[in-house]
Amino acid sequence: MMAEIQHPLPNASWETRGYWEGAGRGEIVLQRCRSCGTVQHKPRGVCATCLSGDIEHFAASGQGTVYTFTVTNQNMAKGFAEACPYVMAYVTLEEGPRVLTNIVGCDPDTVIIGMKVKADFATQERDDGEAFAVPRFTPV
Amino acid sequence: MSIAGRFAIAGVYEHPSRFSPDKSEFQIMAECAKGALDDAGLQLSDVDGLFAASMTMGAMGIIDLAEYLNLKPNYLDGTNIGGSSFVAHVIHASAAINAGLCDVALVLYGSTAASSSMAIGTGGRGGAGPAESFISPYGMTTVGSYALYAQLHMNRYGTTSEQLAEIAVAARYHASMNPNAKMRQPITVDDVMSSRVISTPLHLLDCCIISDGGGAVIVTSLERARDLRKKPVIVLGAGEAAVHQEIGSPDLLTIAAKQSGAKAFGRAGLTPAEMDFAMLYDSFTITVLATLENLGFCQPGEGGDFVSGGRIKLGGELPLNLDGGGLSSNHPGMRGIFLVIEATKQLRGEGDVRQVQGARLACVHGTGGTIGDKHSGATLILGVE
Repeated sequence: MMAEIQHPLPNASWETRGYWEGAGRGEIVLQRCRSCGTVQHKPRGVCATCLSGDIEHFAASGQGTVYTFTVTNQNMAKGFAEACPYVMAYVTLEEGPRVLTNIVGCDPDTVIIGMKVKADFATQERDDGEAFAVPRFTPV
Repeated sequence: MSIAGRFAIAGVYEHPSRFSPDKSEFQIMAECAKGALDDAGLQLSDVDGLFAASMTMGAMGIIDLAEYLNLKPNYLDGTNIGGSSFVAHVIHASAAINAGLCDVALVLYGSTAASSSMAIGTGGRGGAGPAESFISPYGMTTVGSYALYAQLHMNRYGTTSEQLAEIAVAARYHASMNPNAKMRQPITVDDVMSSRVISTPLHLLDCCIISDGGGAVIVTSLERARDLRKKPVIVLGAGEAAVHQEIGSPDLLTIAAKQSGAKAFGRAGLTPAEMDFAMLYDSFTITVLATLENLGFCQPGEGGDFVSGGRIKLGGELPLNLDGGGLSSNHPGMRGIFLVIEATKQLRGEGDVRQVQGARLACVHGTGGTIGDKHSGATLILGVE
């Protein structure tokens, strides 16, 4: 039985804090521009469509579809070497943007493109007081 | 005014070593500089524009290199957009010469990736910073990024692992004719298919090798190049582009080559069908297939058929990567400079036993970064008088 992935701890800037704090609450948080209405990911301090700084955050449904994936058999990096084979994937969220993620909670050989998945959050022990979590996805 | 047709590659040199534990990056670059200057019939003192990038050169690295070579150039360009950097340097050098900012541009690369034991393909990607935090928690590797692309391509178009293997087989066939290539023993599609899977659907033999190495290219005006030692290889067209994840939902199968290639062919007034051969960055087999489709050598989804049946081997319709490429000759982390060097040798008729007979036009395309996340593309159309 392979070990679970030990996700490296994400770090946030003021521009990306909303995403990681949302994950800590069990939500996929996306940005929407209050000026032009465009939804964007990854988070930024401005809207990359109209350059407005008037950005709001909202909780996405956490539902998505596997856009593409790879079963990784070799990664020398700590936290992953022991977890091979693991699934790295792009998941297209219901709201449009895609996120890079891992598909967990299933046999890697059963993952296919187009598979419906939902968010699953890995909480982590941190010594900096941040209540972040890492969003992954599992089959619906 | 366009740079098309007025600037030329006047000297090239590829370091013959694939393992240089006794040399530094800058030493390899300096040895390559000597080789390219000798090739052109120029002196170090003729150089007044310096262009370079490497796996370890930082923000002021181009000045460190100038000091190492005791050069005081009028023009410095340390652009690093990944492995395509040196193809871009040839474009930037042409533009700088066109603007009167320098006359003789020296483009350099050197690397000790193999002897420094860099885990380029299967080391973890992404650092601990806020931007990288959207990548690094998920175990992204360089191979994995290209594997994401390959999986999607197979799903959408029915491309097969056997078709990708044809690209590795052709590269090895060409490497068997290159005495400096690291891997020279011919392989078969079955050999690729039976090599271990690194990251589905990519096998070990779908991946480039890791070597040390380096190269140098000299760019000057066509007028000046005509007075030098070797036949000028003319920059007929050029383009650059970057592709990234936009605001979250780009079509992953569209790579930078689509934009840079359209510019380069358009500026040259030529089409892919007119090319006698191509040098396309082959970090992985899928990189070549993606590049062929995006440059317009075939339609999206037709890459698998295009690379089959001997078309991309010497003697075929579009021979690719005549030096053996990154898959078999050398891949010291960034290999764009070798694309330019081999294209130049072929267009001069210096290809020896792997010469493309009668070659007069070539397409060179470098990819830097990873096509499953973000990357750059730089395209050159080269030709001879």
